[in-house]
Amino acid sequence: MEDMLFYDRLQFAFTITFHYIFPQLTMGLSLIIVFYKGLYLRKKLEKYNDAAKFFMKIFAINFTMGVITGIPMEFQFGTNWAKFSELTGGIIGQTLAMEGMFSFFLESSFLALFIFGEKLMGQKLHFLTGFLVFLGSWASGWFILATNAWMQHPVGYEILENGVFVLTNFSELFTNPWLLPAFLHNQVASVVTSSFVVAGIGAFYILSGKNVEYGKLFLKTGVIFGLVSSMLIAFPTGDLNAKNVAKYQPAAFAAMEGIFETEHAGAEIVLIGQPNMVEKRLDNKIAVPNILSFLTYQEWDRQIPGMDQFKEEELPDNIPALYYSYHIMVGLGTIFMGVMSLAVFLLWRKKLYVSRKLLWAILFLVPFPYIANITGWYVAELGRQPYLVYGLLKTSEGISPTVSSGNTLFTLLGFVGLYLILGVLFLLLVGKTIYQGPKHQTH
Amino acid sequence: MELFWFIIVAIVLVVFFILDGYDFGVGIIHLFMAKEEKDKEVITKSAGLFWDSNEVWLVVAGGLLFMAFPVYYASVFSGFYLPLMMVLWLIIFRAIGLEFRSQFSFQMWKDIWDKSFGVSSLLLALFFGMALGNIVRGVNLGGVENGISKYEGHYFFLPLWDASFSPLAESPGVIDWFTIIIGLISVVTLAIHGANWIILKTNASINTQLKNTIVKLNTVLVILTVISLVAWQWIRPNCFDNFMDKPYLLIFPLVYISGLVGLFFVKKFDKEVYGFLCSCALVFGGITSSLASIFPVILPSTNAVNDSLTIYNTATTEYGMSVAMGWGIVGFVLLFVYLIVQKRLMGGKVDKMDYGH
Repeated sequence: MEDMLFYDRLQFAFTITFHYIFPQLTMGLSLIIVFYKGLYLRKKLEKYNDAAKFFMKIFAINFTMGVITGIPMEFQFGTNWAKFSELTGGIIGQTLAMEGMFSFFLESSFLALFIFGEKLMGQKLHFLTGFLVFLGSWASGWFILATNAWMQHPVGYEILENGVFVLTNFSELFTNPWLLPAFLHNQVASVVTSSFVVAGIGAFYILSGKNVEYGKLFLKTGVIFGLVSSMLIAFPTGDLNAKNVAKYQPAAFAAMEGIFETEHAGAEIVLIGQPNMVEKRLDNKIAVPNILSFLTYQEWDRQIPGMDQFKEEELPDNIPALYYSYHIMVGLGTIFMGVMSLAVFLLWRKKLYVSRKLLWAILFLVPFPYIANITGWYVAELGRQPYLVYGLLKTSEGISPTVSSGNTLFTLLGFVGLYLILGVLFLLLVGKTIYQGPKHQTH
Repeated sequence: MELFWFIIVAIVLVVFFILDGYDFGVGIIHLFMAKEEKDKEVITKSAGLFWDSNEVWLVVAGGLLFMAFPVYYASVFSGFYLPLMMVLWLIIFRAIGLEFRSQFSFQMWKDIWDKSFGVSSLLLALFFGMALGNIVRGVNLGGVENGISKYEGHYFFLPLWDASFSPLAESPGVIDWFTIIIGLISVVTLAIHGANWIILKTNASINTQLKNTIVKLNTVLVILTVISLVAWQWIRPNCFDNFMDKPYLLIFPLVYISGLVGLFFVKKFDKEVYGFLCSCALVFGGITSSLASIFPVILPSTNAVNDSLTIYNTATTEYGMSVAMGWGIVGFVLLFVYLIVQKRLMGGKVDKMDYGH
């Protein structure tokens, strides 16, 4: 039984991590595409239209990858988490089915029209299809986050005698206090990723002396979007999320912040330190006193419960992973803010395009928002442990009773191999598209 | 309310198999019959332009099934674990075959993805057919051995095969001689369907030849259908009771038969769309007749200990189903409106259409 749980979790973690490389780019990128297309309608400069179409090509590759790695996610609810599906399908089935029916549908239908239909439809309708792709991809995020929010903070349900969760109030699924902050945080984070991708491609063009004019345009767009989004990611969206965790999942909050012992005169904020699970303390800690209490409750000496206040079985089962994920996310977010501020400052002083060191830095930073996004999700998912539905249904109670660990290991290895091939192909195609540049016309 | 959602999910599934079915069929025809590069290109294009919006229907079917019949979703998806995972991998290979073929122009690259598309389409058609075979044949619910259930009564786990390959084994596997017959029916049906789609949507040089192929395949299909009916009657002696009790259900097999008959005249049709409509009738009639014959059961139990799964004992609550009806109808209408708009906008032959990358 232990084994089955382990492999089911590992397979889900692996496939969702790989899957989330793609939607986090498409959600943010669709916003930037709509921005370019809108700019083109207003200013009628060809380069904006080229930019929109160029990024739609990159979007399309990512979208395809997102679709084919996304279907296994939907399937796995049934294949590996059958008991969870049986007990909660009447509730989360609602939001997941709506995701397929409205957002996935909007996105895939109008993506085809955007790509094929520019001449057929004229510019205004073309803008509209781009906008609908954006709407579809953000709606998709909304429904998925609504599903996740219900698992983090269940609302509008009733539990029957046989343990089945049934829906009692549909609209509460969407007014869940967990949902809006999580959704905004997630969407802004995806804008951070795509800003870095856009700026990174721009930096690449400038540094390589290829398509320099487009390079400047992309870089400028990327750093401006990047600065705004990396500010919003911390405040207000990150802040609101952290307050939600403190309110609804205090055990997870203590673990992610690394508070082993409750401090009565206000909690310190840990910047660096390594959780020592044997001694139940942080080694090599650097911390600032009272800041955490202030950030969370705006009271310097407010007491925040540490992990010593909770029973062992209420605490997340992997505290170091949760703690590190959270600190990596926050640390990276801070770096993004710093780099993007510097870049915008240099842009203002008209020195950005010749600051080669900063351009190299931006280029090399492109993978890091992906890491920050994914560790951010790890914080949410590890923090919710040991529960699937917070406080109500244990993760170990959700797995498929009939699927043995050997079978899951077999399919996990299959996914690892297949996704390796997919990853190589993906890099090859995106690399080719970037290499060909925005001026390249097919057929 | 259970009936309403059963019908909706069934419609979505049938539409999925009609739409993505021609993609599978195109892949099968492509694998065996396309020889010239020009043909290969337009034939892949006739599927490549549509596969992802067709796949929306699969995702929607999965989502709706999950929402309305969570017990069924949980039971079937975990019980058919191995074949479903393989289906997922095949779906991935088929998609990348279609999407990546045109990305580079050297021949070996194209050949690799052509094979990837063709072989995975063939296997998908086979697997989906066998899935239908498994569902009408039933499974050992509860994993009963010597009269004792190993799991809760609505769970099971199907091995890929049982050593006897018999549908009447105590614990039949995914592959037995009955499900192979149904799998073959699915391959042949979808090959016909795909051939009709190619004729409708392209000016490939093999189109005239394809009409002959359709007639030949159709003969094979008639034989397979008769065999399957005899076999089914032998496995499940009461399998036609539903049609006796409710004669109006006979409309489904009649649709199937009319498609079957119509396809013999494919060379005489003055519009290419008639052939395609006939094979749509095959897909529609085949799936609906199978479902109608076991209704209201949706997964028969092969043992006497545990009850079969029906639309009533696997459904969610009345409230959940009725609140979903509100948004479900809106979504359903949107899906159909878009389908019509898309088929209009992208009507005609695909040879001249821009592939887009």
